[in-house]
Amino acid sequence: MSSAVASRTRLSASGAPKPRGGKKRHYGTHIFLIVMAVMWLIPLAWSLFTALRPKADTDKYGYFSLGGTFNFDNFVQAWTQGGFPKYFMNSLIITVPTIILVLLLSSMMAFAVSRVSWKFNITLLIMFTAGNLLPPQVLAAPLFSMFKHFNLPYAISDSGNLLNTYFSVILVNTAFQTGFCTFVLSNYMKALSADLTEAALVDGAGIWRQYWNIILPLCRPAIAALATLELIFIYNDFFWPLLFIQSGDRLPVTTAINNLQGTFLSDYNLLAAGATITVIPTLIVYLLLQRHFVAGLTLGSSKG
Amino acid sequence: MTTGIESPISVVGGQGAGRPRKRRRIRLLSRTDKIVLSIMVGIPTLIQLLLIWIPTVLSIGLSFVRWNGLDLTDIKAAGVANYSYVFKDYPPFWPAVQHNVLWLVFLAVIATPLGLLLAVLLDQNIRGSKIYQSIFFIPVMLSLALIGIIWQLFYQKDNGLLNFLLGTAGTPQAVDWFGDSDVNIWAALIAATWRHAGYVMILYLAGLKGVDASLKEAASLDGANAYQTFFRIVFPAMRPINIVIVVITIIESLRAFDIVYVINRGTNGLELISALVIQNLVGEGQVIGVGSALAVILLVISLVPIVFYLSRAFGKEKVQ
Repeated sequence: MSSAVASRTRLSASGAPKPRGGKKRHYGTHIFLIVMAVMWLIPLAWSLFTALRPKADTDKYGYFSLGGTFNFDNFVQAWTQGGFPKYFMNSLIITVPTIILVLLLSSMMAFAVSRVSWKFNITLLIMFTAGNLLPPQVLAAPLFSMFKHFNLPYAISDSGNLLNTYFSVILVNTAFQTGFCTFVLSNYMKALSADLTEAALVDGAGIWRQYWNIILPLCRPAIAALATLELIFIYNDFFWPLLFIQSGDRLPVTTAINNLQGTFLSDYNLLAAGATITVIPTLIVYLLLQRHFVAGLTLGSSKG
Repeated sequence: MTTGIESPISVVGGQGAGRPRKRRRIRLLSRTDKIVLSIMVGIPTLIQLLLIWIPTVLSIGLSFVRWNGLDLTDIKAAGVANYSYVFKDYPPFWPAVQHNVLWLVFLAVIATPLGLLLAVLLDQNIRGSKIYQSIFFIPVMLSLALIGIIWQLFYQKDNGLLNFLLGTAGTPQAVDWFGDSDVNIWAALIAATWRHAGYVMILYLAGLKGVDASLKEAASLDGANAYQTFFRIVFPAMRPINIVIVVITIIESLRAFDIVYVINRGTNGLELISALVIQNLVGEGQVIGVGSALAVILLVISLVPIVFYLSRAFGKEKVQ
């Protein structure tokens, strides 16, 4: 850590005057990029470093020291004391159905507006796209009141309404994300040749078969990209559970970490461990599906 | 990119096939097809209307009433009282507007150009480009709530790394970066930049790959240097991406919420309009009318970039 900082200053001291001119220009670029990369990694590295040290050692040697042992005790303690198994389960319960619903609804909608020409398709597409761009806070008060007055049997919801249920978060996330995915998928489907469905039409294939058997399989790359993107978006969603879910034990991880600051008080080692645990699912996606995630991000902006 | 190659073909084929195709489609859309189509359109549209557009209209309605949020019969008309309260008597409102503007300016002047710079540097074939990209990209995948906590550990007054690096940790001069209302907005903006710059970088990397290499060659043959080539040729050629980035930057600065809420719920130097909306809706002093008035103000401001973007994205199609 500190050695990286030291080498960074040494590098920039000796290397800075060199660049400019000819092929050596890249040295300047590298120095700049290394400095930026180190700065980019410091906050994460600091969290990990703090998380790996027992509180007793940091109390004894101070947070800015290398003394003492390094182990995963904080992670174990944060995992159990912070209730992470429960929160991860909640995240899973919210994320998986939302992604399936979003992709199903948005691909149907995108198919209808991009492959069939009818009167209101552009109007609807504009409505869907605009909805996704609104700040969520604009809808907070009416949605809260609507859900509060939407009665459900107590067998389904212990609040007697939609508040404090997973449904509320799933529903609203679905509505919000469907707009974005419809926009992306409709652009993707528009680029597919019209002959594909023409041929099927001649063979007497109905709309559903054209959608399910012909267009959808061709959209696999876009759907993979969007699924990855939505996985991260919904896992990272902080606001809707904060608004709708009152019982702490039903919160997904991202919203629950807000309460960890209270649970762990000033035990920064535990807090750092908790934060690091929360990063792990993202890290897995990052390592395995980064390509899809980037593809999803750029798909969303490829048309302006 | 592929559409550019395909479209001439489909135009050529489309002219002749256009008419019969339309007739055929009308004939072949059977009754079942029409039912299937209306379900495919109906369900998503209903969800959009119920959960986004009706609430948006209700939000406007609620901003003109006085209500404690409990019983629907308690709703009383209030005229523009909520708005005049917000504009004249609500102390955090104008600071919040300033902070939102500052947020936008900071992202537009610092974070977005930084992302562009990183993209331009990484687009040239330098060694380790992929590794650098991966590093700058990490924060893009993290939630802003988590970013708030990670930076809290970095910014803390007595045990944070920053004060240690500055040599002030443990001394009276140590700054509480997230707690001190004079500096915390800047500290939060740096944490937000950490994420935004990586996001912009990814989008521009895709944009730069799409710029025709022959454009650059032609420019350098004409004697343009690297800066001229970039600012006169490459940057204007990325116009579609530029528009997306402008819209994303504006919308991100209006949506900023999670990070300030995690730090201190958007108080004490970190007031933002979005956070004020929520402060008025939850907690004991529930004032739905005031919260909704703030939400409508946020809505009206947001409509500017939204309409701009939609007119760009869909303007061409309407003509076609």
